[in-house]
Amino acid sequence: MSENNLLDVKDLVVEIPTRRGLLQPVNGVSFSIAAGEIVGVVGESGAGKSITGAALIGLLDKPARIGSGTVHLNGKLISSLSEAQLRTVRGRQIGTVFQDPLTSLDPLMSVGNQLAETAMAHLEISRSDARKKALQALIDVGIPAAKTRLDAYPHEFSGGMRQRVVIALALIGEPDLIIADEPTTALDVSVQAQVLMLLKRLCRERNTGVMLITHDMGVIAETTDRVVVLYAGRVAEIGNTKEVITASNHPYTKGLVGATPNPSNTDDENVRLNQIPGSMPGLLSLPTGCPFNPRCNEVMEVCKTTLPVLTPYKQSTIACHLASHHASHLPSEKTS
Amino acid sequence: MKEPLVSVQNLSRTFDVSKPWLNRLLSAEGRRTLTAVDGVDFNIERGTTYALVGESGSGKSTIAKMLVGLLKPSSGIVHIDGVDLVTASADKIAATRKRIQMIFQDPYASLNPRWRVRDIVAEPIVAFKNVSAKEQHYQVDELLEKVGMSSKDADKFPHEFSGGQRQRIGIARALAAEPEFIVCDEPTSALDVSVQAQVLNLMRDLQRDLGLTYLFITHDLAVVRYMADHVGVLYLGRLIESAPRAELFQNPAHPYTQMLIDAAPRVDGFGRNHEPSDGEIPDPISPPSGCHFHPRCKQRSDQCDHQVPEVIHFGTRTVSCLLHGNK
Repeated sequence: MSENNLLDVKDLVVEIPTRRGLLQPVNGVSFSIAAGEIVGVVGESGAGKSITGAALIGLLDKPARIGSGTVHLNGKLISSLSEAQLRTVRGRQIGTVFQDPLTSLDPLMSVGNQLAETAMAHLEISRSDARKKALQALIDVGIPAAKTRLDAYPHEFSGGMRQRVVIALALIGEPDLIIADEPTTALDVSVQAQVLMLLKRLCRERNTGVMLITHDMGVIAETTDRVVVLYAGRVAEIGNTKEVITASNHPYTKGLVGATPNPSNTDDENVRLNQIPGSMPGLLSLPTGCPFNPRCNEVMEVCKTTLPVLTPYKQSTIACHLASHHASHLPSEKTS
Repeated sequence: MKEPLVSVQNLSRTFDVSKPWLNRLLSAEGRRTLTAVDGVDFNIERGTTYALVGESGSGKSTIAKMLVGLLKPSSGIVHIDGVDLVTASADKIAATRKRIQMIFQDPYASLNPRWRVRDIVAEPIVAFKNVSAKEQHYQVDELLEKVGMSSKDADKFPHEFSGGQRQRIGIARALAAEPEFIVCDEPTSALDVSVQAQVLNLMRDLQRDLGLTYLFITHDLAVVRYMADHVGVLYLGRLIESAPRAELFQNPAHPYTQMLIDAAPRVDGFGRNHEPSDGEIPDPISPPSGCHFHPRCKQRSDQCDHQVPEVIHFGTRTVSCLLHGNK
């Protein structure tokens, strides 16, 4: 474990006991986030992205639980804290932004009071100072006429403005890390661009780390420094965003990037989108070996029997037998 | 010149969003109307895809409903193959509506959970064609295979399928009526990207093989770039720009189109720092005066806040912006 990492997740396993057996929606996920770094977590529905985020801050719904693995924040173990201890972590050290801003805000409380209450809960300050801080927080996220909007209720804001308030709420406890779970999925594209730029700017200014959970490869490319690609609860590929997207060493990443239509594509006459056959397997019917093997177009015999481990390959790290296959059988490939 | 299959002229739709009359009486308020669609014109050529793009509240779904006859226009004309969907005789309208089908956004809500796939896909066949049970059985099997499923799937229920497969069932049902024109209202926005690619490829193959005409409604410009032949951009109920796909993307004429193209996230836009435009779509009940887009426009002039821009035609394109009216 590196000392200067803000967040260190090691072999995280989330379990859900059911009558039909033990499900593992997150199965041995490891990654880290440095201070001020934006790390994307990408995958399709059922890949385990949201449940990973929820596990980090102890917000798993029962009966889901952390089965094994560790989560360290600033070198301190947080995955085994009690509910009371977690409360000092949530909001103070880790802020959260969820998909739907309307359900993240209390409809019966003015946004100013929500912000001030959060500030008072986490930072030992007086009510009047908290109110000043709330006003500054609204100004920072670009709410026009913030002073008069302080006493407005969530329903008086538009969707984009509400998500700005949620970001202000996440940042007011001065956390070191923000977990943003699909923060712009419910927003229109022009507003999405505004919110992402805002999140990026504020976190850069404050040196706050961000875990950005999304299904949109375009958002990942434009916003994040590094990316973790999840498939069926496991890390398929991890590396610097640019390398992962341009080189796409894991066949699943390659498929995801190829399947994403690109609005800036110029030679678009009659190109077919790359399609990955089939869909993500259910947790009760995971294939043996590599979970991606039934959909993979580069599948080998070994993929059907043995689970691949994360191996450094070219500029990123992939969980794919291709990495070791190339290393042992095609030594000339190593230099390419 | 060939007659377009679909011709929409000056189409408008308003909704009454007034409070109940007692509330109006007590607070001395008048009626309030929401103009969802405001004087929209476009044509769709046979065998092509026309895409309508817009953000929420732009009126795109309202137009879809008017084109399939689920909503009556407040004013304006919808011609499908020369038949006016409002004024023609009931027989003619019924005959024309057989040739129009729709694919919906949510594959979970648009299939009856208590029906087997066979009955869902067979419904248009039962309604429109007088065929024997055996022939009907055969047609359903064929349709399912056409959309990339197996005839064994016909006896299952919708809940046994994933989102992408359900959308295929929805497409098979639409094809069962042997339509010429299919209105697709955000058909892939509920799907994962790898499954979206499967469905979009399928829709393109079907268009090529069966000569279908699509009206494709979406908020996603990337999907438009892949699917459309001609694109119309809507903003608060007005069609502000309409152009062939390549021209629209290479040389957008309206500042809003430019803004939409800039705002769409790109897979190759690493660390792109662009200055997104301010503001959001205004309330359609009290839209801004003049050009609806002027409060957010970076190129506005003094005229824009009181003068409604006229539709300017040049070649195959139209644009409604005073920037081009002054030339």
